[in-house]
Amino acid sequence: MKLTLRVWRQKNSNTQGQLEDHQLDDVSPDSSFLEMIDDLNEKLTNEGKEPIAFDHDCREGICGMCSLVVNGVAHGQDRELIKAVTICQLHMRNFHGGETIVLEPWRAKGFPILKDLIVDRGAFDRIIQAGGFISVGTGSAPDANASPIPKKNADIAMDAAACIGCGACVAACPNASAMLFTSAKMGNLNHLPQGQTERYQRVVNMVTQMDKEGFGACTNMGECEAVCPKEINLDFIAQMNKDLITAALKGIGPTV
Amino acid sequence: MVGILHFPNTTIGKKIIMALSGAIWLGFLAGHMVGNLKIFMGAEHFNEYAHGLRTLGEPILVYGQALWIARLVVVPALVLHVWAAITLSLLNMQARDSKYVQHRKLNANAAQLSMIFGGIALFLFIIFHLMHFTLGVLVHPSFNPNDPYHNVIAGFQSYFYIPAVIYLIALAALSLHLYHGTWSMFQTLGLNNKTYTKSLRILAWLVAISITAGFALVPLSVMFGVVG
Repeated sequence: MKLTLRVWRQKNSNTQGQLEDHQLDDVSPDSSFLEMIDDLNEKLTNEGKEPIAFDHDCREGICGMCSLVVNGVAHGQDRELIKAVTICQLHMRNFHGGETIVLEPWRAKGFPILKDLIVDRGAFDRIIQAGGFISVGTGSAPDANASPIPKKNADIAMDAAACIGCGACVAACPNASAMLFTSAKMGNLNHLPQGQTERYQRVVNMVTQMDKEGFGACTNMGECEAVCPKEINLDFIAQMNKDLITAALKGIGPTV
Repeated sequence: MVGILHFPNTTIGKKIIMALSGAIWLGFLAGHMVGNLKIFMGAEHFNEYAHGLRTLGEPILVYGQALWIARLVVVPALVLHVWAAITLSLLNMQARDSKYVQHRKLNANAAQLSMIFGGIALFLFIIFHLMHFTLGVLVHPSFNPNDPYHNVIAGFQSYFYIPAVIYLIALAALSLHLYHGTWSMFQTLGLNNKTYTKSLRILAWLVAISITAGFALVPLSVMFGVVG
């Protein structure tokens, strides 16, 4: 099928970007979205032009590297047709011949654009470094059932741990808020016994770092959970708020 | 600064201040609405109620003291609510420093998207409302501080019902603001989770409808000649 791609091109973080049109005449409906961009890049390379820079890695929806806003929606998901996927799992059969597809990078102050469709998600790493860990003595692994964990808590922790840190929540949020990511990255640890020791220091530090990175505030719209490829929900944000209030009442201040 | 004193410096802390000050106003509005309905019991009863607000708590409190205590709660709550709204909105605008050419929303409803605009409209309405019924300046044709019943009836009947229509428009904005605000309050304070989300949404809907409808009854009744 024939497609028109309107792609965001930007040389580096210091220059202004703009949309650039590209025609593709023979796109297979069986190809994945990223394979379609590969084809375009091959064509551009053969024509001696600069290929489009975009992030990708595993291409099976588990690494969190790919990051494209397609027709105004992070990971190109359409709620009725397709949900809970990353852009690498989207196939061209979901598009129609003759369609114009707009491709943009994640846009947020906390995610500066490096080149074309690639953004720097280092802010997420720094939020994790602020508290997304537990401190334990190393040694041989303890027995798996040494600490009893209620099934419900294990399930909630697992739901939170499913976060792959792609940043779609920030991209979709009208306020570029990183609260879904931050709450998921503490939600996994805060629901397990191993995470209790540092629980309240963790929430204060991670929230402080999140604010420092320049992300916006939550207005409870749920745009983030609508695009999250791992279906992480707003409950984790409520839990983070509750833990932050508890931490504040305990008088715990940030150490980052 | 640490603890709750640090709240004004953080995004979530500002949201908590927003939620708590909003809760104060929600309680105030509920009381105000119920009091307004006394208009249907006649002029004498309504004026007695309005006067009773000033003599409330006597002889322990002096004349007007209870009213001033209430004002000292709701006015700072409004100031904090507006301050949090302005600072958070500015922060949210700065957080998306490069704008999308195309950005589609999947989940957001009109109530959520209109929070700040509804808030601005309500703030302007509060000024109008105080000029209209509390101070009785400019926008009221025949204000008499000792006859609140007359002030209400004449206030709504005057100027071709334009003030009454302004009230109804403001109430429409209030219903949207309360619908998202009430649910958001639970979410921001961490009192929401999957088990209760649906119930809390229904509660927010009931709160928004009942408070708005209760307030709207008065100008509508004056417009259609039920009272006055």
